[in-house]
Parts: sequence; structure tokens; C-alpha cells
Amino acid sequence: MTTATDTPTRATSGQLATFRLDGDLYGVEVEHVQEVLRSQGLTRVPLAPPAVAGLINLRGQVVTAIELRERLGRPPRPAGTDAVVIVVRLHGEAVSLLVDSIADVVDVDAADFEAPPDTLDGQARELIRGAYKLDGSLLLALDVQKAVGS
Amino acid sequence: MDGLDDIVEEFLVESHENLDQLDTDLVALEQEPDSRERLSSIFRTIHTIKGTSGFLAFGRLEEVTHVGENMLSRLRDGVLALTPERTSVLLRMVDTVRSLLASIETTGGEGGVDVSAVVAEISAAMEDRPAAPTPAPAPPAAPAPVPAVEPTPVAEAAVETPVEAPVEAVAGAVAGAVAGADVQDEHADDAHEAPDAHEDHDDHAEAGAPAGAARSDGQGGQQARRGVADSTIRVDVDLLDSLMLLVGELVLTRNQIVQYVGRSTDTDLVRASQRLNLIASELQEGVMKTRMQPIDHIWSKLPRVVRDLGLQCGKTVRLEMEGKDTELDKTLLEAVKDPLTHLVRNSVDHGIESPDRRRAAGKPAEGVLTLRAKHESGQVVVEVADDGAGIDPARIGAKAVERGLVTADQLSRMGPQDVLQMIFLPGFSTAAAVTNVSGRGVGMDVVKTNIESIGGTIEVESEPGRGTVCRLRIPLTLAIVPALTVECAGDRYAIPQISLQELVSLDAEKAANAVEEVGGAPVYRLRGELLPLVRLTDVLGLTSDRHDGHVVIAVLRSEGRRFGLVVDRVINTEEIVVKAVGGQLKAIGLYSGATVLGDGAVALILDVQALARRALRTETAERQEAREAAARTVAAETERQRMLLAAIGEGRRVAIPLDTVTRLEQVRAESVERVGNREVVQYRGAILPIVRLDRHLGAYGTSDREVLEVIVYSDHGRSVAIVVEEILDIVDGGAAVRSDIDDMGLLGSAVLGDKVTELLDVRAAILAADPAFYATPVPSPAPSLLEV
Repeated sequence: MTTATDTPTRATSGQLATFRLDGDLYGVEVEHVQEVLRSQGLTRVPLAPPAVAGLINLRGQVVTAIELRERLGRPPRPAGTDAVVIVVRLHGEAVSLLVDSIADVVDVDAADFEAPPDTLDGQARELIRGAYKLDGSLLLALDVQKAVGS
Repeated sequence: MDGLDDIVEEFLVESHENLDQLDTDLVALEQEPDSRERLSSIFRTIHTIKGTSGFLAFGRLEEVTHVGENMLSRLRDGVLALTPERTSVLLRMVDTVRSLLASIETTGGEGGVDVSAVVAEISAAMEDRPAAPTPAPAPPAAPAPVPAVEPTPVAEAAVETPVEAPVEAVAGAVAGAVAGADVQDEHADDAHEAPDAHEDHDDHAEAGAPAGAARSDGQGGQQARRGVADSTIRVDVDLLDSLMLLVGELVLTRNQIVQYVGRSTDTDLVRASQRLNLIASELQEGVMKTRMQPIDHIWSKLPRVVRDLGLQCGKTVRLEMEGKDTELDKTLLEAVKDPLTHLVRNSVDHGIESPDRRRAAGKPAEGVLTLRAKHESGQVVVEVADDGAGIDPARIGAKAVERGLVTADQLSRMGPQDVLQMIFLPGFSTAAAVTNVSGRGVGMDVVKTNIESIGGTIEVESEPGRGTVCRLRIPLTLAIVPALTVECAGDRYAIPQISLQELVSLDAEKAANAVEEVGGAPVYRLRGELLPLVRLTDVLGLTSDRHDGHVVIAVLRSEGRRFGLVVDRVINTEEIVVKAVGGQLKAIGLYSGATVLGDGAVALILDVQALARRALRTETAERQEAREAAARTVAAETERQRMLLAAIGEGRRVAIPLDTVTRLEQVRAESVERVGNREVVQYRGAILPIVRLDRHLGAYGTSDREVLEVIVYSDHGRSVAIVVEEILDIVDGGAAVRSDIDDMGLLGSAVLGDKVTELLDVRAAILAADPAFYATPVPSPAPSLLEV
């Protein structure tokens, strides 16, 4: 197994909440996830960075929603499909990520971890810590901090 | 209690709390006699009471606490050990202090409470002599003083009066006493309702001291009154903050429910929601009140500032305060404190002249600095006014050019009011010399930033030779803001009411005429003045979804300038709760936050100041010039003009272009005086020449009126007054039928409002009043006249 030296890989074992985005399986640490919501009414924010999909009302709190497809450089979500909102809490502040659909919580083992392949392009490479090799699929570990950063 | 000052009341509240703590501390101290921390805390408490009582001239209270303090200081320093006897003596001292306080509270004085016994006991205990033979199971009540064994007078110790009275401790106490007083009145009216509570209170008081006895001789009938200490509590500000947040949420939820229920036909539900609506509003008001403090809290420090600074600058300044009781949110009060102090210092240092110069200018040697505070349409307006030299726009302008803040060309196009606002630019200072008080070029911009950071605004007005007024507008509270919700390109936005001046709605037909493009920039003529328009869709990079040609303009004020924000629709006014937005959105610099509206949708709150800066700055000097040149032609060419209709007697009506009207006033006929053969009137400290339009135009109206209707026209610092018989109306001169049938002093006539109306030659009328009007050093364009 090769370990990448250029990324701060944290080959941690533990639980990842997984979700699908443009056909791929991604995961974020379960402890960051506050809740998962169905599609919400979004208030767009003119002049905001493109990744900011808008603002949602989370029980009276105003939470910024980040379009993860945009963030990862993927094509926009096909028309007619609703996004699922994953609310993550970082440093006490809630931020939400828009993804295609939510999947299971998966136990991962550090032994299955591998750094992102060199072919991964720039924008996504920043945000993906690496991949856990599961049976039949790869689980991409998302760096939540960077994903919600500007 | 009515006779008690606030300061005594606060002292009582604080002392009662401290004494309760003291009881606990003393008992706990017996368990751990070596705890220096506890001893220090007890010492501090007693010291505070002693200091304040000395300050308030409660001699006996001071005496008791003084010996107590002596003993405590020895205990604290380890000179004495704490024995059970000493603890008892200390507890008895606490009891005596309580009974003294009770007496002060009920009678305003120390009454008949005798302290010599307990003083003697303490002194005895201090010197390790056997204490009083009777351990005094009863508190040292006034009627039966415990026989003092060793009446060691502690006079020599009591002589040293505590000069360092901890005044802040008293002054800083919660100002809840006012609210408490209301409650008491209620209880006095309705004594039956709360007998239990008061019995409790009395038991409690009697346990400590013969408060009941002291009370009965003073005001026996007023048992229902609550003690000072029981009517107020101190509350952690954090708790109030979180309460405020919760109330904010409640208000939002209320808004939602009221909105949903509005569509319902269930009368019970509607009624319940109305009740909820009412209660939530009252609760909001109540919680907001808990956070309110009179502005006097920050003003009270200013007389000293003014005095010291006046001495330092060799000026005599009298400080006057109006509206001390005006209340605003504690957080805001704190935020306003420094800016306000700065403004006051500025006024004393720069505004008010030295006595010699004042005398030379014919003013009294003593300068007057006036602080005014008042509530005005949901805001608190605070003014710092001085009667000093005022600010000379020419000097400001010169300085701004010198500092490179504007070009001379730009300056020449600015109005005096705009020039004045430049003192708020960073790096600006007009002080001829840098003093250690002010004049370093930091300050006014910081003041402005601070005021804006709490959602307030600041503007300055000045009249050379007469003084300067700085006006702060501060929201009542930060958490809940009245706002206007508007729609733009399908989204809703909130505009804080504090920036909103008025709304103008134009239907398609009107809008086509009224909104003019000047050099590519849209403007609207608001009562004759050109109002630059900013389309919100343009600023936000969106496309409007309003295609019917209607134009809705929100007239906003920012930094003394007005502009019109064109939105698609005005929806509502709503109380909104400001929520912070993430850093990413703050960086955009157009939104001051977000809020949740009544229907649960999120709306962005527009930052009007930032909007103005962004939208108005993009206007280059060239474009502005082109615009103004164009505006002049447009003004000259256009046939549409708003006209003021006035009657001048004999049924004649005269139309005066509205943009030549500065103000409409009423003047008492008897105040008209004469200079030579001209009539003048004193107006705002100046002599205003008068022209009577009826005589000017050869009509003879009834001249025996008591009150004259006056149209004031000002330009370049000169004013004239045009007297008419009656102000009739303001009409649009657009579609008027005109003719060139005229007479002296007229430009023609037109049919306005179904009647033939004479069009006044304003220039001639003004010259009739003041032949030198247009001969001012500044060449001014003639007021736009009607083209006929």
C-alpha cells in the first residue's frame, strides 16, 4: 500500500456517513453530521460564489447551503431531481451540503485507505482525502472542512 | 421610599444581596476558618458598605461596618484567629447592618437603631476579652440595647472617613428600580392579592432585625409595599441575551402562524392566533424593556469630560442635556458610549471657540454644548450640538483636496451638505494644530464605523458661525428590527426601516414620463429634486420579472445622501430577527445578514450603506458632469414640471415651479419689519427680504391677515420670502394648455386644475425682494424657469 506524502492523509478507522453524487460514493465523518433533510426551499444569494446554492431555514436558523457538485467540479444536477441536504456542524456553526442522495453509514478500516490517485484533477483533489476500498466500490472520503470553506 | 434617591435605592439593593451572601460566607467560614478567599470576600462586602455609607452620610452604619472591617482585616491578615465567638459577633454585626438598612429603607434615616452595643462587642472580641456576658439570643434591637460591658469608643478609628468610596459599585447597580417602583404601586393598590408574599417578607426581615417595628412607626398603613431588595433582582446579561434570542424565535413563529391562520376559516383558531399575536408582542416588548437603560448612564460621565477638557483648552463650556431618560438597549448603549464621548470632545476642542473669539463674534463667552436624545419613529436620535464656530464647507473642501480625498473638480460639483459629510472620510482632520485632544485625523471615521456597525447612521449639519449638530440615529435594539420586505426578480429582500425615507410607486404611464434617463443614469424627480435611481436587479446582477412598466422606488438615505432603490414590488413591513450569515456571504458586502420571514422563507437583509457606496461610487466624474449638464437641459426643455399653486387675491392664481420652493412657512404679520422701504422678517436668525406677490403682480388681496403664507426660496446661502394669500395645491404642469398672454412679472398662463393660472416669473419676483440676490460671488444658474 502506498501512502501519499503530499496530502495530509488521515487513514482513520471509524464510521462514515455516505452519500451519492454524480454516480460516486462519498463519505463524511459521522460525528460532523448533524442531520439529513429532504430538499429544502433555497433562497438564492446573488453575487455569491457559485458553490453557494443559497440559504435554507433550518428550524429558524439560517444555514448556508453548498452545492457539492459545483464544489467538486461535477456537472449540475439533472433537472427534475431534488437534492438531499446534509447538515454538518463545524466549529459550532451549521453548514449544509447538497448531494444527490443519502446512503448508509459505513464502518471503514484504515487498512483499506488509499490516497487519491494522481489522475484526480485539481479542484476535487483538494477536497478528497482519499478512498476506502470497499467490496465492489470505492468510498471517497470528503474533507468537510475544505468542502465548506470558500 | 419615595424620598429616597436612586443612589440610596441602589445601595440598599446591593447591600441586601451582599448581606445574604455574607451570612452564608460567615457560616461557611466557621467550617474552614483558614479560607482567605472567603475572608477577603466578606471583607470586601463590609468595606463596600462602609465606604458607601460614609459617602451617603449614614454615620452609624459606617461606625458598625468600620469596626467590623477592622476585625475582618485582622482575621484576613492572620493576626486574629476565627473563633466561634468572633463569628457570632460578626453575624450580629450583619444583623445590625440589616436593621439599619431596613430603617433607612422605611424612614430614609437610620432611625432609632442603636449600634454602640455591637460596636463594643466587636471591639471586645477583637481584643480577645471575654465578650458580652449575654450571648444575646435576640438581635440587638433598638428598644433594648445589650448592655455594653466595655464601651470602648472606637471614635478614633471612625474618624478616618473613607474617601475612596466605591461609587462605581453603586452607580453600576442594575437600574431596575424604576420597574420595581411600578410593581410596588400596583401592590399598594391591591394589597389583598399578595398578603402571603408580604408576610414572608416580614418574617424574613424580623429574623434579621426589628424591621417591622421600625416600619410601623413610619408608615404603618403601607404594609403592602415591597422592600427595595425584594422588588428588583439582578440578572445576568447573558441570560437576558438568550431570552431575547428566544423571543426573537417566538416572534418569527408567531409571524408564521399568523400568516397561515390568516387563510383559515376556523374562528377558534383565528382567535387563538390573535391572542398569541398579542401576547408575543407584549412579551417582546417586556423582554426588550429589561435590557433598556436610560442614556443618562453614559451621559453622566460627560460633564466631567467637558469640564476637564474645557479647562485644558481654556474655554468655558456649559453642558446641557435634554432627554436623559431616553432608553435604549444596553448593548447599544455600550456601543454608543465611545463615539459619543468622541463627538463631545470634538465639539469642545474644535467646535466651541475661545472666550475671546466668542466675544468678538458677539456671542456670550460661555459656549453651550447640548446633548439631546429622543425617540423618533422606532429609533433613538441623539444629537450633540454646539453653538461654536461651525464648520466652514470651504475649509473642509480645501482640506479634502489637499489630502487627495477628492479632486478640485469633484469638489466644485458637491453641495455644501455633501462637503460636510467628508469629515467622516478616513484620514480627515481639520484641526489647524494637532492637540492632544483631537486633530490627528482618526476619529470621525471611527465614530462613523462604530455607529454603522450597530446599524445606526450619523450625519452632521453645520452653520458657519452658529454651530454644529452631529446627529446619531440608533436602532432601539439590535435583535429585532423593523424592516420593509421587497421583491426583486422573484426573491424577497429586507430593507431596515432606519434607512427608509419613503416609498414611491409609479404606474406604467407615469413611470414612462417620470423616470428619466440622464446620461444613461436613471433619475426620478422627487418633488423637483433629482433622485438618482439604483435598480436592485442591476446591483445584484439579476433580471427583473416585472414587465408591466410599473416602477416602485424605495427612497433610502445613506450618509446624508438620498437615492432611490428600484425594486419589483413592496411586500410588507415586518419585524425581522437578524441572523448572521456565514463569512462567504459577508464578503460579498451587500448583505448585513439574513432573516426568516413569516412564511418560513429566508430573506437577505440589504446593507443600505454598502449598497449606496457600491452603486453611487461607480459614477465617474465625467458621467456625473454629463448627467448634470443633461439634467439642466432636460429641466429647461421639459414641459412637465411640478407646480405650486397659490392664490394671491382677487381670485387670481399663480403657479410657481416647485423646484424654486425651498420651504413653506407661516409668518405672523406683526413680525414683518421694515428696512428702508422694503419689508423683511427675521427667519432662522437671518433677515429675510419679503415680496408680497399680490402687490408685485398688481392684485390687491386682503392684507389684514394675521398669519402670512410664505414661500421661501434659498440659493447659495441667500433666501427670499414670497408672500401669497393662500397655498392651494401642488399640480403636475405637464398637460396644461398654455398661452403667452402675460403681464408684468409673469411668464404666461396655463390651465391648471381647470382654471387659468398665471405662471410666475420667479426671477423677477425674487429680484423685487432682493435686487442683489443673483449678484452673489458664486455665479449661480438662474432658477429653472418655465419655457412658454
